[in-house]
Amino acid sequence: QVSAALKEGHVTPTKLCQRCLALIKSTKFLNAYITVAEETALKQAEESEKRYKRGQPLGVLDGIPIAVKDNFNTAGIETTCASNMLKGYISPYNATVVQKLLDQGAVLLGKTNLDEFAMGSGSTDGVFGPVRNPWSYSRQYKEKSISKSHSEDEESNWVITGGSSGGSAAAVSSFTCFAALGSDTGGSTRNPAAHCGVVGLKPTYGLISRHGLIPLVNSMDVPGILTRCVDDAAVVLGSLAGHDPKDSTTIQDNFKPFELPSLPDVSKLSIGIPKEYHAPGLSSEILALWSKAADLFKNAGAKVIEVSLPHTRYSIVCYHVLCTAEVASNMARFDGLEYGHRSDMNKSTESMYAATRREGFNDVVRGRILSGNYFLLKQNYENYFIKAQKVRRLIANDFLKVFGSGVDILLTPTTLSDAVPYREFIKEDNRTRSAQDDILTQAANMAGLPAINVPTALSERGLPVGLQFIGRSFQEKQLLTAAKWFEKQVKFPMIQLEEVKRHSHDIFQHQKSASFS
Amino acid sequence: QPVAGEVLDHLEQLALVDFRDAEGVERLRRAIQFADQLHEVNTDGVEPMDSVLEDRCLYLREDDVTEGNCAKELLKNAREKVEEYFVAPPGNIPLPKLEERETFLQGS
Repeated sequence: QVSAALKEGHVTPTKLCQRCLALIKSTKFLNAYITVAEETALKQAEESEKRYKRGQPLGVLDGIPIAVKDNFNTAGIETTCASNMLKGYISPYNATVVQKLLDQGAVLLGKTNLDEFAMGSGSTDGVFGPVRNPWSYSRQYKEKSISKSHSEDEESNWVITGGSSGGSAAAVSSFTCFAALGSDTGGSTRNPAAHCGVVGLKPTYGLISRHGLIPLVNSMDVPGILTRCVDDAAVVLGSLAGHDPKDSTTIQDNFKPFELPSLPDVSKLSIGIPKEYHAPGLSSEILALWSKAADLFKNAGAKVIEVSLPHTRYSIVCYHVLCTAEVASNMARFDGLEYGHRSDMNKSTESMYAATRREGFNDVVRGRILSGNYFLLKQNYENYFIKAQKVRRLIANDFLKVFGSGVDILLTPTTLSDAVPYREFIKEDNRTRSAQDDILTQAANMAGLPAINVPTALSERGLPVGLQFIGRSFQEKQLLTAAKWFEKQVKFPMIQLEEVKRHSHDIFQHQKSASFS
Repeated sequence: QPVAGEVLDHLEQLALVDFRDAEGVERLRRAIQFADQLHEVNTDGVEPMDSVLEDRCLYLREDDVTEGNCAKELLKNAREKVEEYFVAPPGNIPLPKLEERETFLQGS
């Protein structure tokens, strides 16, 4: 919608950019952004405006304000990964996905907040503080919460965004941008998408380049896409997917960007409901929504059957070992010599490295590095690392079997419950939380499959709940078609934020409604 | 089951990261306990999986220089440098032994 508005001149890219920047300022309390690139954003907007005036926009994304998670390299802009280790690090290059968006004319507003080095499921463990879920301030949530006074309500009742791409999810959810990049290793794009009521797409591993994405787990990381509707996700996917000579883990098949049908049809689909995803701790609300969703598909003529993915409950343990092992390796590059924080300790290289890493990494990161090293010790390698790799194959095979039997798409919950209040979330440590929260999203990363969260309904507490669709490798078109159909059926409500009302302006109201495509 | 002190020391040296406090050590113990659940799974005859793309031939570029010459740019991010060199403290000096290191493990 906004892209059409830009084309027709109803609004200019610079005005759009200015409004988003102003909204970022007024929603600062959400702590969604680490860096706001005001000057460069306005310059990009001006360039875009010139193109529109000449009648030569670069494409649908020209002039569209976007945000990028702070673990993607952005030339000339600080990239911190929410860690002391990279505070002050100015990237000398753009990650491929960032470059692609800029080449399409997108306006980069800033870098969003995350858990330190993308480790976590709450976006609470970064050095710049936790991200607050915009829905904490929505009328829908406030109406449902019992509070003594207005100020106590906001200050102690605010809920988390989920993680680790919480900043990106909050940015999209609060209308400060039209799309954002996240990353997804264990659910880090889909989890916050579910809690913030936005669409979160995890593409197939190998479809989108990881060049420039500071790596966590090389065999599972993918850039994630967060938008307000499924059509937008398809547009962004179209501009990002495809082979990158700089990332040899991107497949060489020709990728054809696609447009989703305006009237998607699911009657010929076979939808699988994996029974193991009825995990312990799944809220009865979400269980009910899941069941309702299955019925929706059934009534539309789709074949809906129960399936089994027997190794589901081991995916979290498997992830735990493989992730910490790869992390131990990937974090070895941070030694203070070429970039990032460097300790003043000067006695020897090893002691300087040790001091730098002691000062630069938080408990979560250090914990994972040490665990990873433990599993990689000669005496443990076979029993833990290799064992986990074998279990990984079993998990991937579970999916192959189910898809091989004729199922096209799996329908599952995304999270066990709606977003919890921050003060409750921090009572458990990071690993415990991640283990609990990633249970429904992790297996898709293990098998490299595409998956998407679609906002479904509001919980009894007035907070968003989403459902997840998992598709076959590289079948994003089919996956997104089903997701779009579902999105149209559920008509997820728009967040009613008081701040947005204050900025009320005819044109802006028109745009804030949802999409840019 | 607690982890042996020598192993903890060894890990600190390998990782060049310290446990910091009792909580750090406990964190490792719980991580191992969690990982032990893997042994419940029967993996006889199963090959380890390195990558989901194992059935494909991945692309390797020709060994040609396509970009570069950006030494100045890259050196900007280094704290200590001299001309085009990164400056490191003296090497080949092993990390101080447990007794001499500033580490929590000294107590254990």
